[in-house]
Amino acid sequence: MSRPAHRDPRFLAVVALGGAAGTLARYGLGHLLPHDDGLPVATAVENLLGAFALGLLLEALVRRGAETRTRRLLRLGLGTGMLGGFTTFSSLALEVQQLLADGQVALGLGYGLGSVVLGLAACLAGVALAGARHRRRAAGSGGPG
Amino acid sequence: MSPVLVALLVGLLGGLGAAARFAVDGAIRGRWSRLLPVATMIINVTGSVVIGVLAGALSTGVISADVYTVAATGFCGGYTTFSTAMVESVRLVASGDLRRGLVSAFGTLLLTVLAATLGLAVGLLLGS
Repeated sequence: MSRPAHRDPRFLAVVALGGAAGTLARYGLGHLLPHDDGLPVATAVENLLGAFALGLLLEALVRRGAETRTRRLLRLGLGTGMLGGFTTFSSLALEVQQLLADGQVALGLGYGLGSVVLGLAACLAGVALAGARHRRRAAGSGGPG
Repeated sequence: MSPVLVALLVGLLGGLGAAARFAVDGAIRGRWSRLLPVATMIINVTGSVVIGVLAGALSTGVISADVYTVAATGFCGGYTTFSTAMVESVRLVASGDLRRGLVSAFGTLLLTVLAATLGLAVGLLLGS
């Protein structure tokens, strides 16, 4: 019996490498985006970009058919690792908590609920884009893909 | 710590956090119900407790700003994930289960905010 993926050192290493890259990108982008006492723009932008990209990536991989070794490495490295590391739920939660504790109730609720509503929409948009690209390619090749 | 060292440690801890998420997800997923994405929810809630503890420890001076950045932005950020939570909720909605999809997305938000609040209280106690 083969070892489950989550205990396989090679897959763990791929996820860790992707996670390090995604976390560094989040850290870097956090320095470029504005910081003030209002809306946590950096976390919001990172989470929405990441939700869109993960929807796009996973749907594109699924539509290519059964999972090959290459597709699995892409899913784990870019998806689970990089985009998983690029986005964060812990910062979102803490930022909502801090806004609420600050008495900025409307902003805190708006930021938290808005992140989730827009995150679902961004993810759906990524999935839809992957589907549209797949259909275009299938139509372009003159047959069902 | 020098800024370069902080960035390197953020990346390293982010990688460790992502690998920990992958390992915990695999261990939980095998034995829990498929009704809700429980594995990702547990990961996001536990990561939010930890970031709360760290924020409390930072505000009472138990840890430095650099240690906070490395542990919170690096480890907690790499360990928790917003993108996977959204994908799993969208998949529930796409499979026709709108209610469970929404419970998973908004339930995670509610639970993580409560978790961060609890963690912060613990972190503040540690420094008192």
